[in-house]
Amino acid sequence: MKKSEIKDLQKYAVKVRKHIIDEVYSAASGHPGGSLSCTEILTVLYFAEMRVNTKQPLWEDRDRFVLSKGHCTPALYAVLAEKGFFPKEDLLTFRKADSYLEGHPSMRYVPGVDMSTGSLGQGISAAVGMAMAGKLDKKDYRVYAVLGDGELQEGEVWEAFMAAAHYKLDNLTAFLDHNGLQIDGRITDVMSPEPVADKFKAFGWNVLKTDGHDIEKILESIGQAKDCKGKPTIIIAETVKGKGVSYMENQAGWHGSAPNKEQRDQAMAELDKVLAELEVE
Amino acid sequence: MADKIATREAYGNALAEFGSDNRIVVFDADLSKSTKTDNFRKKYPERFFNMGIAEGNMMVTAAGMASCGKVVFASTFAMFAAGRAFEQIRNSICYPKLNVKIGATHAGLSVGEDGASHQAIEDIAIMRALPNMTVISPADAVETKYAVKAAIEHEGPVYLRLGRLNVPVIYNESSYKFEIGKGIVLAEGNDAAIIATGLMVSAALEAKELLQQEGINARVIDIHTIKPIDADIIVKAARETGAIVTAEEHNIIGGLGSAVAEVLSENYPVPLVRVGVQDKFGKSGKPDILLQMYGLTAADIAKSTKAVLKKKTGR
Ligand SMILES: Cc1ncc(C[n+]2csc(CCOP(=O)(O)OP(=O)(O)O)c2C)c(N)n1
Ligand SMILES: [Mg+2]
Repeated sequence: MKKSEIKDLQKYAVKVRKHIIDEVYSAASGHPGGSLSCTEILTVLYFAEMRVNTKQPLWEDRDRFVLSKGHCTPALYAVLAEKGFFPKEDLLTFRKADSYLEGHPSMRYVPGVDMSTGSLGQGISAAVGMAMAGKLDKKDYRVYAVLGDGELQEGEVWEAFMAAAHYKLDNLTAFLDHNGLQIDGRITDVMSPEPVADKFKAFGWNVLKTDGHDIEKILESIGQAKDCKGKPTIIIAETVKGKGVSYMENQAGWHGSAPNKEQRDQAMAELDKVLAELEVE
Repeated sequence: MADKIATREAYGNALAEFGSDNRIVVFDADLSKSTKTDNFRKKYPERFFNMGIAEGNMMVTAAGMASCGKVVFASTFAMFAAGRAFEQIRNSICYPKLNVKIGATHAGLSVGEDGASHQAIEDIAIMRALPNMTVISPADAVETKYAVKAAIEHEGPVYLRLGRLNVPVIYNESSYKFEIGKGIVLAEGNDAAIIATGLMVSAALEAKELLQQEGINARVIDIHTIKPIDADIIVKAARETGAIVTAEEHNIIGGLGSAVAEVLSENYPVPLVRVGVQDKFGKSGKPDILLQMYGLTAADIAKSTKAVLKKKTGR
């Protein structure tokens, strides 16, 4: 990929972050921390990788995406809106009673959402089912999912991992948003799922590691995942919860709370500065 | 009465019979010999998937497949389908209204020797409380076969409540018609109406014979679809007989009896007696003995019918 294309993706990521802040601010609720930590992953998937058609969101041969950590709707909706699945203005209706932009993703209401999620642990199972359907129908679409690291505490995740390896779902690539935090604090304090890489390997997956905020490295990992045959791949993405907004970074408290006006303005100023720097370079 | 066949057997046979449709996929959770989905596997191995003893994952994987255009039958015992995987069914199947058909076998006390841990007596209650869910509880093998066919044709989630025990075949294939949400009047009568579901339907027919000997003419209605419930047939029965008995192999809380009570109290209140499990857990034993112990026989239905008639005349 060309340098200019990488830069475009970086710009998209900043725009997505700005949308996240605005969505959560206008809703006065929602989940900024985990949305900001998976921003680059979603940006790369929708703007550089996935085969989707905004005119035909239910196109049979499209690649599928499941946000297993469904609370990070602000990031997903931002990417879908930027991609053109629905108007960007609608993002400000997020979580409101007269809006279709439900607090957690609903495939029935939101164009571009492939699976309704929100109950942790279930999304990855749905992704497994989609990948199995692809194999059964001999289709070449790929299935992507993003999991939270706290989400790994759900037993169903491991049931799904077992099934994906058993059925040799090499058309499935999952990302672990390894930001180290969940609601009540550090994952290693609450209930440690570590060492995650060893566990994934033991469950029969191809395990890759990447910097979850580095566009080029994410792209490279996806390429490696596609080359791996006979096994599903999990990309452990090292991330920072709240990434890009100084006061939110690495703060468990920003998992599910909205900024006030002052905080929103500060976040926007910080993100605008990054965007301006990217424009200049 | 003629042959006896378990509804689970009819389920497995129906899947094999209608299985040529490429959209149909069958999942099981290590119980395929018992749920009889093995009958489908033998014919269409490429569309059968064992998902292991992981019911939660099985339900949501089924949902994922259904989102790709498949009609997925996910089978396990009723206890582990409605019970273990309740929240998966709610959030990943019913909320997105996906085409997953839950083949829940071994419902009720007639599981027998395995005892309380395996005898779902609350599954109708929890499944019918879910928006977008259709709940079907067939009475015999013929009804099961056509319920499976209807489930394939229906857009959206279906819960099929099936039994382990061999039960009498009460319907004639050639004349039988199944329609989701439409009850069937099996025998006319105007003194009282017995509204039954599942294996209690044949018991209700026997109860009618017993009552006949005492000069009581009971109507017998098979409610195979518990949701959406056939309010018309229930209200008509209430109007024409003035007394209702419900009979189900399920807790009296939340099941058929409750569904009928809801219809009656809002539309045409008449005396009602509910035959069912009296809010207690099952136990091990031979199915027939358990049904006797828990008051789920033809004689119990007849007794309750006489009780409801007293309430009716005493008004
Ligand atoms: C089954 C279930 N239990 C609890 C919750 C509430 N909840 C929402 S987010 C969250 C923490 C998730 O942490 P993690 O998976 O690490 O997500 P991230 O850090 O990426 O936001 C919890 C407990 C839920 N949505 N689903
Ligand atoms: Mg986390």
